[in-house]
Amino acid sequence: MSSDNITVHHGEEINNSTGVSNKKLLMWAFLGSDVMFFGTFIGTFMAYRNKSLNGPYPADTLDIPITTVSTFVLLMSSLGIVLALHYLKESRMGLAKLWLFAVIIMGLIFMGFQVYEFAHFAHIGMTPQVNLFGTTFFTLTSLHGAHVSLGILWLIFLLYNEFNGNLTSDNAVDLEIAGLYWHFVDIVWILIFGLLYLITAGDGVPPGGIPWEGAH
Amino acid sequence: MSTISKPKQFGLPRLFPRPMSHYGIWSWVGTVDHKKIGTMYGIVSFFWFIMGGIEALLIRLQLSHAEANIIDPELYNQLFTMHGTTMVFLVVMPLSAAFFNWLIPLQIGARDVAFPRLNALSLWVFVFGSLLMNISWFTGGAPNGGWFGYPPNSTIQFNPGNGMTYWVMGLNVLGVASIAAGLNFIVTIINMRAPGMSFMKMPVFTWMTFITSILIVLALPILGVAGIQMTADRVYGTNFFNSEAGGDPIFWQHIFWLFGHPEVYILILPAMGIVSEILPTFSRKPLFGYSFIIFSGAGIGFMGWFVWSHHMFTVGLGPAANTAFTISTMFIAVPTGVKIFNWMATLWGGSIRLTTAMLFSIGFIAMFTIGGLSGVTHAVSPSDAQQQDTYYIVAHFHYVLFGGAIFAIFAGMFFWWPKFFGYFLSERLGKLSFILMMIGFNLQFAPMHWLGLNGMPRRIYTYADNMGWELSNLAATIGGFTIAIAVASFIVNVIYSMRNKKLAPGDPWDGRTLEWSISSPPPHYNFAKLPEVSHIDDWWYKKYPSLLEGSPKGDLTPKVKVEDTSKVNESDIHLPDLSYYPLFIGIGLSLAALGVMYTYALVTIGLILVFWGSIGWSTEPVNEPGQDHH
Repeated sequence: MSSDNITVHHGEEINNSTGVSNKKLLMWAFLGSDVMFFGTFIGTFMAYRNKSLNGPYPADTLDIPITTVSTFVLLMSSLGIVLALHYLKESRMGLAKLWLFAVIIMGLIFMGFQVYEFAHFAHIGMTPQVNLFGTTFFTLTSLHGAHVSLGILWLIFLLYNEFNGNLTSDNAVDLEIAGLYWHFVDIVWILIFGLLYLITAGDGVPPGGIPWEGAH
Repeated sequence: MSTISKPKQFGLPRLFPRPMSHYGIWSWVGTVDHKKIGTMYGIVSFFWFIMGGIEALLIRLQLSHAEANIIDPELYNQLFTMHGTTMVFLVVMPLSAAFFNWLIPLQIGARDVAFPRLNALSLWVFVFGSLLMNISWFTGGAPNGGWFGYPPNSTIQFNPGNGMTYWVMGLNVLGVASIAAGLNFIVTIINMRAPGMSFMKMPVFTWMTFITSILIVLALPILGVAGIQMTADRVYGTNFFNSEAGGDPIFWQHIFWLFGHPEVYILILPAMGIVSEILPTFSRKPLFGYSFIIFSGAGIGFMGWFVWSHHMFTVGLGPAANTAFTISTMFIAVPTGVKIFNWMATLWGGSIRLTTAMLFSIGFIAMFTIGGLSGVTHAVSPSDAQQQDTYYIVAHFHYVLFGGAIFAIFAGMFFWWPKFFGYFLSERLGKLSFILMMIGFNLQFAPMHWLGLNGMPRRIYTYADNMGWELSNLAATIGGFTIAIAVASFIVNVIYSMRNKKLAPGDPWDGRTLEWSISSPPPHYNFAKLPEVSHIDDWWYKKYPSLLEGSPKGDLTPKVKVEDTSKVNESDIHLPDLSYYPLFIGIGLSLAALGVMYTYALVTIGLILVFWGSIGWSTEPVNEPGQDHH
């Protein structure tokens, strides 16, 4: 590092002690923070598992095959963003745009499944107010959905910039950072799918609970 | 959000022209300069310090004699709730943030923080979040459920009205500000250090800021979750803490204190950093055991995560949990004790100058030690069972948070004021403030120890006259008003010193760290030439290189002088232009939070502002093309 008078142009970093860009470091630190956010919600869900006093219970509502499909789509979108970044770094813009577009579509499909699922649950009478399962399930999954939606908006913004030539291999780190976020949101979903769906799906009436009489 | 730095045909239409002037109101409102942001943090949080102080005085007035009838119980609840919340979230945290902002770039030899606009965002979100919480006074009653908001006291069934909803929404908004600032300082300290400044050569205040920032970004999300859950319960009728549906109020206590105990160290670690800078300077000795102080700080930051249930010893968690948390809580006193002995060893044999800053620092050590000792007594769960919810606890945490954090912040203000603003505060008035505050503080809080041990509970608005509590309470009230006089004398000091400026040189105290190597006040670009660092206390050893050879009586004529800025060609130095987007995102967030209580229209308007601000933010070039920017 030179000790001469250093001129700063357009937000370049004057000092960079680690060689990692500030923006990437910020994203890693933010993800550390977000771990605590999701961790506390997941902890809440697990603490209140099998504590609902009335139905509908997980066994009455969760549909594993449908959620497996949406989980698969979301996980594939992680592969997509890796490819989008790879082609952007190689300046193969056609493929880069195609894959980024595919990621956005897969994200939208996932959100579509979530909207369908929420609507279906509301239809059979499972709401955030009905019992502890509804309360903890809806807050956690909808906040995860909010993260995915924010990611989709961000990726649309980046795709727009690929089209008008502002996002190129020179600043591929901007897509890389969005990718870190996207991967993180996917990893959180793996935990949610494992804990909220796969493990919980068999939970019926807990001791002291009133059996559910079905949809009205 | 990612920024794309090429200023090509990017273009959201601007609603307002970008502020470019470095003078006038917009130069403050749109500023991204860490020094101006630090000053605004200081002014706003000092305002809340006065408000929180007035709340405390009203409480003391009501308790000054038995069966007093000055304030009704409902208002009393609001006052102690808002006093605690204000002092924690609107005073000590942002006053520390004022020091982070001012000092971190100066201490690590950088021109600004890593993300100047994010820094401005933290400020504005804090400002509007604090307003959001306090407008509840005028909209049907302030929060009244205590600063810890325990359900069922805070649930909508038992606490109707919007008071506690304002409280959680305010905390949610303030949490965003704190997390953004914490992330910013983590990246700044990791990545913006001057060449040669390895982690173990950083100033201690920078280290404590680093640890505090890590605690902030890990602990505040937990409060955010608690806040979202309580908001959902209160506004949307969910069941998190509704025992009728199986919800568990104790669960709130766990997550609140899982945040709340690291929060205690968020409040005190910056204060420890401040005194660790002041004591060596006025003892003219290196800090004793630099690495011990650092690792003790890190140890406190780590162990602070394993002690939260000591706030819940009387809840009935069972002997195993109580024993485990007793042990971990007593254990955390060890690194704190290490620090206290290191500070005393720093003073030992030094050529001590008793400036106001030094007096406040020594006061800090003494008061914090008393608070620490009473803390150890209720680390022991059987003894805590007697002390829980009594004034003994109130005495303890005021000794560590007022006698600790606030004393250190006053020390820091007297120490760095000449650096920040270019003139000294009056030492004579300063010493008067110190003496008044020391007397008032002990008069107010020492009697609370025996009040508590005699059984006076916290949060009662009055007491019977046959309890034998009247004399101690009267003393405490007199002490409270003495503190108010001390704070008033500080305000007089600021006005007096501003009018009769005694100008400060760049290095008025013969300082040790990089901020003293530049002129006072610092030029807007901080360092014309980025410093190269080779030692702890680098500036000190640049001045007195012969001291490095180990002789305590080296050559004490400074070998280098404060950077002369008169020859700096400012057109070579480019700093980011102003931006108004942080301000509008801050307004938008608070409007949306307000709307949650009233109408979705307001939520929509707030979110549109946030969305527009974010897009504008990420498409805005750092420097406006075609302008002569500095």
